[in-house]
Amino acid sequence: MTAAAQTLNIIGLAREVYKGSPTTLCAGCGHNSITNHLIKALYEYGVPPHRLAKMSGIGCSSKTPAYFVDQAHGFNGLHGRMPSAATGAKLANRELMVLGISGDGDTASIGLGQYCHLIRRNVDITYIVENNGVYGLTKGQFSATADVGSTLKHGGTNTYATIDICGLAIELGATFVARSFSGDGKQLVPLLEAAFAHRGTAILDVISPCVTFNDHEGSTKSYAYVKEHDVLVNAPDFIRAGEEIVVDYEPGTVQELELDDGSHLLLRKLEHDYDATDRLGALRTIHESRTRGEFVTGLLFVSGDEPDLCEREKMPARPLRDYTEADLRLDRATFAKVAGSV
Amino acid sequence: MGKKAVNDFTIRVATVNGSGSQSSNLVLTNAIFRLGVPVAPKNVFPSNIEGLPTWYDIRATARGYRCRTQNIDLLVALNAATWAQDVASVRPGGSIVHESTYAVTGLTQRDDIAYYAVPFTELAKAHVKDGAMRKYLTNMIYVGVISELLRIPEATIEAALGAQFKSKPKAAAANLEAVRIGSAYARDHLAPLENIALEPMTGATDDLFFIDGNRAAALGCVMGGCTVSAWYPITPASSLCESFIALCEKYRVDAATGERKYAIVQAEDELAAIGMVIGAGWAGARAMTATSGPGISLMAEYVGYASFAEIPAVIFDVQRVGPSTGLPTRTMQGDLSFVYTLGHGDTKHPVLLPGTVEELYEDGMAALDLAERLQCPVFVLSDLDLGMNSWLTKPFAFPEKPFDRGKILRAEDLSARPDWGRYRDIDGDGIPYRTLPGTEHPAAGYFTRGTGHDEDAKYSENPEVWLRNLDRLSRKHDTARTLVPQPLCEETGNALGILAFGSTHHAVVEARDLLQAAGIKTDYIRVRALPLAAEVAAFIDRHETVYVIEQNRDGQLFAILRNELRPDQIERLRSLRHYNGVPIDASTIVEPLLDSQRELARAGGARP
Repeated sequence: MTAAAQTLNIIGLAREVYKGSPTTLCAGCGHNSITNHLIKALYEYGVPPHRLAKMSGIGCSSKTPAYFVDQAHGFNGLHGRMPSAATGAKLANRELMVLGISGDGDTASIGLGQYCHLIRRNVDITYIVENNGVYGLTKGQFSATADVGSTLKHGGTNTYATIDICGLAIELGATFVARSFSGDGKQLVPLLEAAFAHRGTAILDVISPCVTFNDHEGSTKSYAYVKEHDVLVNAPDFIRAGEEIVVDYEPGTVQELELDDGSHLLLRKLEHDYDATDRLGALRTIHESRTRGEFVTGLLFVSGDEPDLCEREKMPARPLRDYTEADLRLDRATFAKVAGSV
Repeated sequence: MGKKAVNDFTIRVATVNGSGSQSSNLVLTNAIFRLGVPVAPKNVFPSNIEGLPTWYDIRATARGYRCRTQNIDLLVALNAATWAQDVASVRPGGSIVHESTYAVTGLTQRDDIAYYAVPFTELAKAHVKDGAMRKYLTNMIYVGVISELLRIPEATIEAALGAQFKSKPKAAAANLEAVRIGSAYARDHLAPLENIALEPMTGATDDLFFIDGNRAAALGCVMGGCTVSAWYPITPASSLCESFIALCEKYRVDAATGERKYAIVQAEDELAAIGMVIGAGWAGARAMTATSGPGISLMAEYVGYASFAEIPAVIFDVQRVGPSTGLPTRTMQGDLSFVYTLGHGDTKHPVLLPGTVEELYEDGMAALDLAERLQCPVFVLSDLDLGMNSWLTKPFAFPEKPFDRGKILRAEDLSARPDWGRYRDIDGDGIPYRTLPGTEHPAAGYFTRGTGHDEDAKYSENPEVWLRNLDRLSRKHDTARTLVPQPLCEETGNALGILAFGSTHHAVVEARDLLQAAGIKTDYIRVRALPLAAEVAAFIDRHETVYVIEQNRDGQLFAILRNELRPDQIERLRSLRHYNGVPIDASTIVEPLLDSQRELARAGGARP
């Protein structure tokens, strides 16, 4: 393809720029689909690669930051401890767009504490859980998001309560919570763009079947099961800031939300008369659908009113990493008072 | 009756924790200082908010010693629970001021002690109407008693009270009243002290001021440009971060906008605290955390990661007594070997070993520079004695040098460096060049990982690549050897050497004087960082015997020395350890050292 023939995004970059190293995950892995949707969303949203910080923990999911936006800085940290590193990075340079990629083990088992406190602080990051209910890299043990009654490929039934990543986030005061499916790019891409636009912690729980260890009959995170039991509460449409909203819709059938960067998210109402700004309603819907063995997907909850961590800490717009001796040291007279000379 | 010890004595105040005696002790300490007499306070306190016994030693020392001493000359006994044990702690010929209701009988009746009974409770009841205040003011009564016995002018006490209750003139006045009750009682009822005397001095405390090590370290962080801090409360490190918060709130908030030129997060645990610090260091801010042993245990994995991924971080370890929860309010040099190699696999870190509050300030700044220069975690090993006690020190020096941000490539540098790779050793010192996230250049980005990686930060399991990387990290460690604070030597060509680090220094200073008085001259090297500087081995080469003195059971520095030195150097070393939780004193060094010397002499001078 010649340069002239390439389509460029709003900041003049080709889609190629948003690609990364070839995946080393299994063929057919849901995570690879999510990577492709992410590439599309980052490209369409027009994220400058140098502003992106890709951060992850440990596990199959956490390898994926290597597979998109090669030019961006990546941080593949410790198992379950990405939220703290992401928090630190944001404090050092609040101009960074921090994208955290985690898995269900990384988030709901070993990393549950940091996940909770990240949400509590409303750190301005997009946090994606590539949720397959199973440990892939260690060959097929249950994670804490496995549903009760779900079976392992080589035998064994989960009898322990499942941790619902979305329900927990909403309970903790999260300001953006969505659930989607790796196979539904039409839903996931606009949700990702809305998450980028949101100021505060945006949680995306993306069900992402593991073809190798958790795609069998008896698994509630298999392609077949998810496709059958995926219940969409709304259908999202992302309208970038400054773009005209041209979609025609019947009054009362669409929930229109303005996001923090001036963009809009249109949520077309489906069978439920679902209100994505109702925290209690969201919790009830999540709980009831789980009882029925279903997955509700779509934008489950959003609130734009809470200050994020940097605002709460009254941080200046200028990144802290750029401050110099002149900004940070006490002057000589003040120093003399503090350090004993006066 | 012997000669009075003038300006060379220790007062031990024994009280119950939570009774507010800290203010009284500080006022007394400050008053002695105001008379020009150097003073070294040591707070030996319990892990408790209220009810357990606590002791405060105030050492007046014309020679300016800073260490604890076991020679208690004057006891103020205000805790019935420890009465017998406190009486036993007083040296022969000493004096005891005690609550008059305490029985002086049996074990508490010593014939080599002068007793001064004071009806503290009764006096407080008679004179302090406010019941809630009585507990606190009772302690101020003993300040009055002591000030009368030591002939401290009331104006001096008043000035010390003014300094203690700076923002509360009403409290200062109420406390002065209580002091007067005590001094009046002493004037009317007590005989003069026969064992000790306080006399005003000149020239010994000029320019000196009091500061605790945690605040000194926090000031180092302010002047060293630390902007991000994350921490989890733990004794004895909390007040380091709290001092940093206080300094930032006072001096780093824009008066017009209220904007803060810092971000400090109280994390959910030490895992998160170190994660935030490492995330911030990765993104280019100077960041630190402060903790103690149990927190270090939790930080192990992330510190190992940062060492291997080469990310700057500064970690203050204000050591307390372990193992386990141990003695949280007592002191130890117990984390040296743990932090030096914290992490699994082949890991080692620079560790700064400040011996004074001034060095804590200097090392705070140095650690922030070194972390960026060397691109790795840098530890600053303090301890409870240094960190939480008040120390007299000369004023700190204003830093004249700019920050050393190390090898950072900006967008404009990258175009001139097509050969750049994140982990490529271009300069031969083992330190690669890094870029910060947010650098607007297509070649700036790289993938930071704790997995095996090549010079370009790409994943690799290749044995050659792994070996090359590990060997480069060793090279970097050797570079660190030359950049960390170098040892301080005091040498006059003696055969006998003493080697110590950290707060042990102060006991060594006094011990060397005592040894010299006993006819044994010593040379001294104080190690101020790991990895060991070349000078350490050279010092050992110049001495027949070198005593390695430290505050832990197993001789951790001794073990590191044995690991790094030649056999002929190792056999010159002798290990002396102190590990009961209270700060080391001179006699703990002098007596075993003399024993050891006698033993060597018996063996015919030959080294065993």
